[in-house]
Amino acid sequence: MTGARPSHFSPELAERARELVALYPEPRSALIPLCHLAQEQDGYLTAEAMEEVAALVGVTPAEVLGTASFYDMLHTEPVGRYVVAICTNIACMLGGALELLEHAEAHLQVGVGGTTADGLFTLEEAECLADCDRTPCVQVNHRFVGAQTPESFERLVAELRAGGRVEEIPPHGTLVRVRRTIGLAADPAAVAAERAAEAEARAAREAASGDGGGR
Amino acid sequence: MAITDAPKIVTSRLGHPDSHTLERYLATGGYEGLRKALTMTPEAVAAEVDAASLLGRGGAGFPAGRKWAMLRKDPVTYLVVNGDESEPATFKDHLLVERDPHQLVEGVVIAAYALQVSQVFIFIRGEFALGLERVQGALNDAYAHGAVGADIFGSGFSVDVVVHPGAGAYICGEETALLESLEGKRGFPRIKPPFFPAAIGLYGQPTVVNNVETMSNLPWIVRNGGAAFAALGEGRSTGTRLFALAGHVNKPGVYELEMAKTTFRDLIYAPVLGGGVRHGRELKAFIPGGVSAPWFGPDQVDLPLGQDEVGAAGSMLGSGSVVVMDDHTCPVRASWRITKFFSRESCGQCTPCREGSGWLERIMERIETGSGREEDLDLLLDACDNIAPGLTWPPQQTTICVLGPSIPSSIGSAIKMFRDEFLVHVKDGGCPYA
Repeated sequence: MTGARPSHFSPELAERARELVALYPEPRSALIPLCHLAQEQDGYLTAEAMEEVAALVGVTPAEVLGTASFYDMLHTEPVGRYVVAICTNIACMLGGALELLEHAEAHLQVGVGGTTADGLFTLEEAECLADCDRTPCVQVNHRFVGAQTPESFERLVAELRAGGRVEEIPPHGTLVRVRRTIGLAADPAAVAAERAAEAEARAAREAASGDGGGR
Repeated sequence: MAITDAPKIVTSRLGHPDSHTLERYLATGGYEGLRKALTMTPEAVAAEVDAASLLGRGGAGFPAGRKWAMLRKDPVTYLVVNGDESEPATFKDHLLVERDPHQLVEGVVIAAYALQVSQVFIFIRGEFALGLERVQGALNDAYAHGAVGADIFGSGFSVDVVVHPGAGAYICGEETALLESLEGKRGFPRIKPPFFPAAIGLYGQPTVVNNVETMSNLPWIVRNGGAAFAALGEGRSTGTRLFALAGHVNKPGVYELEMAKTTFRDLIYAPVLGGGVRHGRELKAFIPGGVSAPWFGPDQVDLPLGQDEVGAAGSMLGSGSVVVMDDHTCPVRASWRITKFFSRESCGQCTPCREGSGWLERIMERIETGSGREEDLDLLLDACDNIAPGLTWPPQQTTICVLGPSIPSSIGSAIKMFRDEFLVHVKDGGCPYA
């Protein structure tokens, strides 16, 4: 399926994509991790990226879109350099999150889901982000930045506009700093042989149990 | 009731700024439980977990040992760890994956050994970018240390552990939805039966799914014995448990407490725990175990933090999150926000949940924003009844998973406890707290 088409992924990402696919007994399991990689490169899931992911895991691009559109973190439209997520769920609401969100909308001059004209910020109203002792809880590109007041939020935005906090808040992609360094040393052929043997044993077990084991 | 001096089982390292490193882990007894487990038979390790009577810490509170026993008859194929913590106001697994990832890894390898599984997936919520880094980092170091991978500590036992990121969907905390997501699909919960992935799990194969906190208890249980764990707590609620305290308290946070020995009053008011209601205000209501749980009022604050005690009182300990609301809280607004959450997170497979949550959210919104009618209260309860007939506790099931029947909890509680406040919204044409 990959054919002669040039990869949409950079050589480095293409290598990481191959490693991710190799981690799973069935390639499709890598679909979501690969979507995270694509967002690391492009910020959102472009049509080309979805075609690439589809080819890598052996499904159609429509199945990639159909899966990705289910998940809040996967964007099928362009987003700003910084996705700012303000949680307004119960604990944060009790901590003033609805007021913070209103302030953020006015300050950034966008509504929830919108992106600022300069392409820097996309504002999201998030569900609980599990940081409930620091409310209202805010994430920027899925990095926790601690409880924010309207004033500290304005300072945060100013810092990001000025190019600050680069170390703390990397670009898109929740896997951008996740690297498996050990455990992939196995010979791919040996892994493939082992997987084939496992699949055979599985099929034999299913045949023996007589119910096919399907869902 | 009191705060006991029970040992810190899963939070012992958190005082150290480098609690996530292999160095700190090894200096504080790390991987000794695994070394001990590898000298035992897998059955003996499983027997210790049975003896501990460890109830799963994900929310349902099913005994971990019994879950494992379902599998020991079959050759287990996969162990999957549920780190998709998304229950509102629950933030304990977030703490464990970021701050003590080696403890999780050690627990996972112990469980894999007891179950004789050679492939583990740790599913971590996609929004936990740092948590994903920390767990993968811990695994990299643990592989290098010989604690994961081939021939662990020279025992001949081998297991591979893969970190898998979620992508933002509350429903993936439901274990069959989690497996679908791990297979690269939408997180649609699977039709039951089978009720447990032990029968048909990942890739259709027998699978055990356990929560992060459950796994994190295992190193201590193996080191100290299941009996030592079972000696803590009371009745079925053995050991310690993490309670995530949020909302209007002076000191919100995650507290490890001996189960059933401590009360909600201790948790909320004790100076070393919650430190009382914020701004010196009065307690109006609290949610005892995640937003799926019916609410409690101040008269129930002396209940112990035990699974059966809270269950008998008509709610649940659930995910171990306790949300405190002070007397300045609008109950309509609070239950509207919870309902909006369920509406956003319904996967859409089942009509009562998909349509019902949207209806309920819109009715709640119009009451809160001043366009409500008195008959809306009956309409709300009627719609709730269509999702969970009879509005019993635990709720009747009309849907594939428990998300739908969880929706009425907050609305039912708010109407039961604060009906007059709903009527004030209707009469005054708006929220008296706004």
